[in-house]
Amino acid sequence: MDITLPRDLEAALAAAAAAPDATILAGGTDLMVGVNYHGVRPSAVVAIRRVAELQEWEDRFIGAGVTYRRLEAGPIPGLAQAARTVGSPQIRSAGTIGGNLGTASPAGDTLPFLAAVDASVVLRSTAGERVLRWDEFITGPKRNARGPGELIIGVRFPDRLPRRQAFAKIGVRSAMVIAIASCCVTRDEDGTTRVALGSVGPTPIRARRAEEMISAESRPTEATLTEFSRLVADEVRPITDHRSTAEYRRYASGVMARRLLERVLS
Amino acid sequence: MTTLVRPGIVGGVGTSLLRPDGIPKIKGEFAFSSDLEAEGMLWGATVRSPHPRARIVAIDAAPALAISGVRTVLTQDDVPGSGHFGLERPDQPVLAFGETRYWGQPVAIVAAEDHETARRAADAVRIEYEVLAPLVDPAEAVRLGSTFRTIEIRNGDPDAHGEIVVTGEYEVGMQDQAPLGTESGLAIPDGMGGVDLHIATQWLHADHEQVVAALGLPPDQIRLHNAGVGGAFGSREDISLQIHLCLLALRTGRPVKMVYDRAESFVGHVHRHPARMRYRHEADRDGTLVRVEADLVFDGGAYASTSSAVLANGCYFAVGPYRAKSVHITGASARTNNPTAGAMRGFGAPQPCFAYEAQMDRLAAALGMDPVALRLRNALGTGDRIPTTNQVIVGSLPTREVIESVAAMPLPDPETADDPRSLPGGTGLTTPPGAVRRGIGFAVGIKNLAFSESFDDFSEVRGVLTADGLELHTAACENGQGMVTVLEQIGRSASGLQRVTVVFADTSKIGSAGSTSASRQTQMTGGAALRAATAVREEALRRGGGDHLDDAGVWRGGRLVAPLAGLLGDGPIEHLERFRHPPTAKPDAFGRGDVHAGFVVAAHRAVVDVDPELGLVRVVRLDTAQDVGRALNPLSILGQIEGGIMQGVGLAVMEEIVLEGGVMKNASFTDYLLPTFLDAPQVEAILVEQPDHWGPFGAKGVGEPPTISSTAAVAAAIRDATGAPINRVPVRPQDIAFGSPESPVTSHQQAKSPRPRS
Amino acid sequence: MIRITVNGVARTADPAGPESLLTTLRDRLGLPGSKNACEQGECGSCSVILDGELVCSCLVMAADADGSEVRTIEGIDDHGTLNAIQEAMVGAGGVQCGFCTPGIVVAATHLFEANPHPTEGEIREALAGNICRCTGYGAIVRALTAVAGTEAS
Ligand SMILES: Cc1cc2nc3c(=O)[nH]c(=O)nc-3n(C[C@H](O)[C@H](O)[C@H](O)COP(=O)(O)OP(=O)(O)OC[C@H]3O[C@@H](n4cnc5c(N)ncnc54)[C@H](O)[C@@H]3O)c2cc1C
Ligand code: FES
Ligand code: FES
Repeated sequence: MDITLPRDLEAALAAAAAAPDATILAGGTDLMVGVNYHGVRPSAVVAIRRVAELQEWEDRFIGAGVTYRRLEAGPIPGLAQAARTVGSPQIRSAGTIGGNLGTASPAGDTLPFLAAVDASVVLRSTAGERVLRWDEFITGPKRNARGPGELIIGVRFPDRLPRRQAFAKIGVRSAMVIAIASCCVTRDEDGTTRVALGSVGPTPIRARRAEEMISAESRPTEATLTEFSRLVADEVRPITDHRSTAEYRRYASGVMARRLLERVLS
Repeated sequence: MTTLVRPGIVGGVGTSLLRPDGIPKIKGEFAFSSDLEAEGMLWGATVRSPHPRARIVAIDAAPALAISGVRTVLTQDDVPGSGHFGLERPDQPVLAFGETRYWGQPVAIVAAEDHETARRAADAVRIEYEVLAPLVDPAEAVRLGSTFRTIEIRNGDPDAHGEIVVTGEYEVGMQDQAPLGTESGLAIPDGMGGVDLHIATQWLHADHEQVVAALGLPPDQIRLHNAGVGGAFGSREDISLQIHLCLLALRTGRPVKMVYDRAESFVGHVHRHPARMRYRHEADRDGTLVRVEADLVFDGGAYASTSSAVLANGCYFAVGPYRAKSVHITGASARTNNPTAGAMRGFGAPQPCFAYEAQMDRLAAALGMDPVALRLRNALGTGDRIPTTNQVIVGSLPTREVIESVAAMPLPDPETADDPRSLPGGTGLTTPPGAVRRGIGFAVGIKNLAFSESFDDFSEVRGVLTADGLELHTAACENGQGMVTVLEQIGRSASGLQRVTVVFADTSKIGSAGSTSASRQTQMTGGAALRAATAVREEALRRGGGDHLDDAGVWRGGRLVAPLAGLLGDGPIEHLERFRHPPTAKPDAFGRGDVHAGFVVAAHRAVVDVDPELGLVRVVRLDTAQDVGRALNPLSILGQIEGGIMQGVGLAVMEEIVLEGGVMKNASFTDYLLPTFLDAPQVEAILVEQPDHWGPFGAKGVGEPPTISSTAAVAAAIRDATGAPINRVPVRPQDIAFGSPESPVTSHQQAKSPRPRS
Repeated sequence: MIRITVNGVARTADPAGPESLLTTLRDRLGLPGSKNACEQGECGSCSVILDGELVCSCLVMAADADGSEVRTIEGIDDHGTLNAIQEAMVGAGGVQCGFCTPGIVVAATHLFEANPHPTEGEIREALAGNICRCTGYGAIVRALTAVAGTEAS
C-alpha cells in the first residue's frame, strides 16, 4: 500500500491526480470500519488530515477537514446540534464533514442541515473546480458524484444562513447511535421555512410541500401545525430494516418536524 | 451461623476489600487471553456457514493452502475423537459436516503465520452449499416435535379457581451477553502429543472434558489454564474455539492463537433464549393468588447447549416468588435453525419474570388493589412451598423484606431537568421536557442458587500454608465479578492469616470448581475455601501447639510459640477440600421434587421518563433490595447489582439480536446497542441480610438477581407512563407510539405512594 | 515504515497495509494495554490520545499516524504512580473484568486535562463512547465525580 501524507492542497491534488483510484483518507471513521470488517485493502491512500486548506472555516465555507468537534463548538446551531449527536467524542474528534459527504450515507447527520440550507459541495482536482448542489452531489445511498482524482474541498452556503435552525435525531440510545430518523428545520424572518430529513429515504429528503405550506403561515395554528406534520410524513420515503420500521419512521418524521418547527418559532 | 470474623484481620469477610487485580487492570498491565503470545505462534481463523441451513456439497481447501504462510486447513474429517461437544449432550460437531444448522456455524479452521493471512485463508476456502429451508419459527418447531426438552408441571388442587382472571401473552427477544473481551485463547503443544490451552472461560474442567472427548485424547494430555477474562455473563460456558485451538496446535506442532472479532463473537457463542409465553392468573377477590397456568416456548436454536436446564428454570420459576394453590405449567425448548441459545445471566428466570410481573400488575388493576400490596399478600417465604415443584423452602427467602424495603425507598424528584442528557432521546434533542411523562414500575424476581435437578455440583480448593501465608488453589474462573476478592476474604477470616493469595491452578493440578455461573462461586468455591482455610488453620495450631494463628505464626497464651516457617518442618500443610451443596433431586413426572439447592429473591422499582409520542424512554432510576444472605463484600455486591441492572435495562429498552430467516441482521456494536454512560440510571441498593443455610457465613450468590426483575420493572414503568400494553421486550419506539392503551394497568398515583400494607 | 512517538519515546514500526494503529500498538510495538473489543469505534476500549485528540486507535490507519505523538494507557500514569483517576476508579470499585478500563482511564484523563471540574452530566457525555459491560457505570461515575470535586448534578 502506498500512502501519501500531503500538508497542503496542492500536494494533495497532485497525489490524487497521480493515482486517480487512490482512496482518500480523512478521519478514517468510516473507512477503517471497511478495512477492519469488509476487507477494504486500498493499494494507494492519500491521507488528508494534515492539509491546511481543508481545515479552513470561513463565514460561508467549511473545509472538508473540519471535524465534528469543531462543528459542535461552532456558531451554526443546526450543524452544532447535528455534530453533537455524531458517535462519541472519539468519533467527533476524528470524523469530518468531508467524510460524511464522502460516505453519503442516508444516515449522515450533517446532511439534513446541508440539504435544508441548499449547500453546495466544492470539488477540486488538478483539472479544476466543480461546485455541485447537495442534491447533485449525493446521487444515492452511499453514492456521490465525486470523480476520479477529485477531492471534496468543503461545503459552501448560499448568501446567508437562515436565522433559526434546529436539528433532532431519533435513536434508542441517549448517545452514540445511528439515526432511525433525523430532521433539520430552518426558518427565516420572512417565514421561509425549510425541512430536510435523514434516514427516511435513499438520500436526504426535502419536504417541499410542507415547506411551501408553512412558509406562507406567519402564525401557524394548531391546525396548520398538524397539517404540516402530515405533509412531512407524506413526503418521506422510508424503508423497514433492522433499526426500525417504515411506518414508525414516517410517523416520527412528522412528529419531529413539527417539534422542530415549534422550536424555531419560539 | 458461624462467626469466624477474627479480630485483628483487615479485609476479612464483610468488608469492602479492593480486588487484588485492580491495580494491574487500571494500569493496562493485566494480561487478558487476547494479550497472550508465544514464540513461533500461528494465528487461527474460522470458516463459517453463510446459511442457517444448508447441505455441504464440497469443501475445497486448495485456494487457501495456496496462499503463502498458510499452514493448515482442517475440517471435521480431521477431528480424531468423538468429534462432538455440548454441555448437556455432545450434539454439536466440532466442524459442521453433512448439514449446517445455524448461520455462522464453523465449517473449517485454518492456521497461518499471521492474523491477516489466516483471515484471508478463511475467506479463500471454497465451500459449495445446497441451501435448504431453515426452520426458524419456534412454535412450528414445537408442533413438529423438534424440541430439546418439554416439561409439564402440575401442582396443587387442579380444581381450584379464582374469581378474578387475567390473561396475557408475552415475548422476549434474543439478548447477547456481549462481554467486552471476545472469545480468544492460545494453545501451546507440549511436543509430546499434548497441549496446554490458555483460555478465557467460565468452567475449565467442563471445557477440558469436552476437548478430550472430541479429540479422543487421554485426559492428562490436555491441560487448561485460566487466562484473563474480559467478562462472560454466560457466553463462555459453552465451547467456542477451545477444541479448534487444540486441534490446530496438535496438527501444526506450533502454538496457535485465535481471537474472534466482534461480528464473529456474536455468532461464536450462545445467547439468551428468546421466549414466547402465555399466561392465565386467577385470584380471589382479596388478592390471594389461586391458580396460575402458563405455557412457555423458548427458542433453543440449533444445538442443545444448556437449553434443558434453562427451560427448566423458566418453568420452575414461572409463577415467581408467590404462593399459588394450583399450578399448571407447560414448557418447550424448540430446536430450530436460529442461533443456539444457552446460558445468560439469570438463566431462564428473566423471561417468565417479565411475564408474571406484568400479570401481577394486571391482576392488581383488575382487583383495584395496590400492586405492592398484592405482591406482599402472596409473597413466598421460608417454610412455604415453591408453587411449581412443591419443594419446601428451607433456607432464607426474604421476599417480603425485599418488597417492603424497595417500596419504602424515597422516590426521585418528579421534575425532569431541562438537560437533553437526562431526557428521552438524549443528545438527539428530540424531546422537550413538556413532552415527557414519568412512570414507575415495580417487580420482584426469584431464582435458584447453584446447580439443580440432581447434578453433582461441587468445587475443590486446596489450602496451602507457606512461609508467606496461605495460598488457596482453585480452578474457578474469575470473570470480573470479584470471586478472587471474596476467596481472599474468606481465607483471611477462616485462617486468621492476613496474607492470603488465590492461585489459579490448571486442570491437571486440581479438580473442578464447577462453573462461574448460576450465582454459585461465592457459595461453592467460597465454601470449599472456608473448609480448606479452616483445616489449614487447625493443623497449624495442632503442629504449633497453640491457640492463635496469624502471619507471625502460632501463639499460645499471647506468646509466639512457632513461626510460620517453623510449622512446615514436618512437611507442607496442605488440605484439599471438596465442597458440595445439599443434594438435589430429579423432578417427578409432574415436575415436582426437591430439585433446587436454594433460592434468592430481589425486588426492583424503576422510574422512567417516556416521550410517549415518539416512543423514547430514559430510565431515570432503579431502586433495588436484594437478598444476599450475608454480604461478604458490599462493594463487590454493589458492582454486581449495578452491572446486572444495566443488563436488565438493556434488555428492556434496546438490546436485541434481530433475526431474519435465521440470519442476524445486527451482529455488530453499531446496531446491537449496549447502554452507554448516558443511558445508565441512578441505582440505589439495599442489601437484605438473612443468612442462608449452606453458603459460607450464610452468603448467597449475588450475580443474577439484578438482571431478573429489573427488566420487568422497567417494562412496568413504561406501561405506567403510557398505558401501552408493553407485552414484549425490548420495548421499541413503535411499541409505545402505536401501542393502544389496554385496560388500565397500575395507576400512577398508586404506584407513586407504595406504602406497603399487608 | 512509520516513526511515532509513543508515550514520549520515539519508535518505528512497519504496519502491514492499512492496519490500524491499535494493531500496530498491540502486535508490533508490544503495547497490549489498549484493548480491542469491536474494531468499529463503538466501544472506546482502544482509546488513545493522538496529537492531543482523543481517538479510537482501531479507526486510525497506522500509516497515517506517521510523525504523530501517541499517548496510551501505558503512559497515562503519573510518573509510575497511579494518576488521580486511576486511584479513584480502583478505590470506588470501578474495575471489574477490566477490559474497558484502559480506554476509560485514557478518555477520562483526556477529559480532566481539558476540564478539571466536569459536572456529572459532562462526565457521562464525554465517556459515552466507552462501553463497560460489567459495572453499569455507577462506580466509575462516583469515582470521577469525586475527582472532579463537583456535586452530582
Ligand atoms: C462509532 C461510529 C459512530 C458513528 N456515528 C455517526 C453518526 O452518529 N452520524 C454520522 O453521520 N456518522 C457517524 N459515523 C460515521 C462517520 O463518523 C462519519 O460519516 C464521518 O463524517 C466520516 O468522516 P471521516 O473523516 O472519518 O471519513 P473517512 O472515513 O476518512 O472517509 C469516509 C469516506 O469519504 C471519503 N472522503 C473523506 N474525505 C474526503 C475528501 N476530502 N475528499 C474526497 N473524499 C473524501 C473517503 O474516501 C471515504 O470514502 C460513525 C462512525 C463510527 C465509527
Ligand atoms: S476497539 Fe476501538 S472502539 Fe472498540
Ligand atoms: S469492567 Fe468489564 S467491561 Fe468494564
